[in-house]
Amino acid sequence: MDIPCQSNLSRRRFIKRGIGLLFLPFLRGRSAFALPANLDPLIREVSGGELPKTGRVKLTLPPLAESGNSVSLKVQVESPMTAENYVKSIHILSEKNPRPVIARFHLNPRSGKAEISTRVRLAGSQQIVAVAVMSDGSSWLGTAEVVVIAAACGVESKDT
Amino acid sequence: MQRHAESKARIREHGMANTRIQIPATIKRGDVVEVRLLIRHPMETGFRHDNVGKPIPQNVIKLVTCRYNSEEIFRAELFSGVAANPYLAFFTTAKESGELEVTWVDDAGATETERMQVPVV
Repeated sequence: MDIPCQSNLSRRRFIKRGIGLLFLPFLRGRSAFALPANLDPLIREVSGGELPKTGRVKLTLPPLAESGNSVSLKVQVESPMTAENYVKSIHILSEKNPRPVIARFHLNPRSGKAEISTRVRLAGSQQIVAVAVMSDGSSWLGTAEVVVIAAACGVESKDT
Repeated sequence: MQRHAESKARIREHGMANTRIQIPATIKRGDVVEVRLLIRHPMETGFRHDNVGKPIPQNVIKLVTCRYNSEEIFRAELFSGVAANPYLAFFTTAKESGELEVTWVDDAGATETERMQVPVV
């Protein structure tokens, strides 16, 4: 059964959100410092207790997405990907989606390159966190800020 | 743009789902190659309602496993935050010619396996 996505983006709402865009530079500025508090337990669960160090993980999303239904996401982790030193898993977490875990990827030395691309659903403008767990037990974290004009259809944001 | 080889997607009888695999057309031994998957699947979130207000149960692909000559090379656990018709691209090292096998399973228990011969020169 195919249910059409109802877009009730009136001009007023569109303009309101446009004003929100003006604050985009400030949002991007804080991304390196503050992690979403609600993701804290999840991040610690993935990393095994300690908060991961920031770095080595590059998360790429478009800064502005018209629709949250399908947003391209690319995650790259700096790693030699040898039998002694490789990326074991990469976890993609969302600040505002009703289910914060978007995906978990499991790699091995044979992967050759720790880079994965996919498309995600986003329930509104938010910060996305990627945590990479390495074979030596260390974990690293990268974030990206994305502004979503129309949240994903059928995904209710937690704060609305 | 690099040429790609594509698996022959087998459309299941009910037309609900199919899996496509794309790899580079020529692969040399030792190359780190990108494998791209595109699976036709609604990835129903469980948050939507039908036109009489009844909730539509969640049905998403929860696990995608890729094996090469029976050895696991990549595994992805997906949740409702992955867009409909999931697209996944990952890398692997080409060692020898063989068979690439992609298997997925969704919440409803539906599963599909797509295989592709990979010639390594």
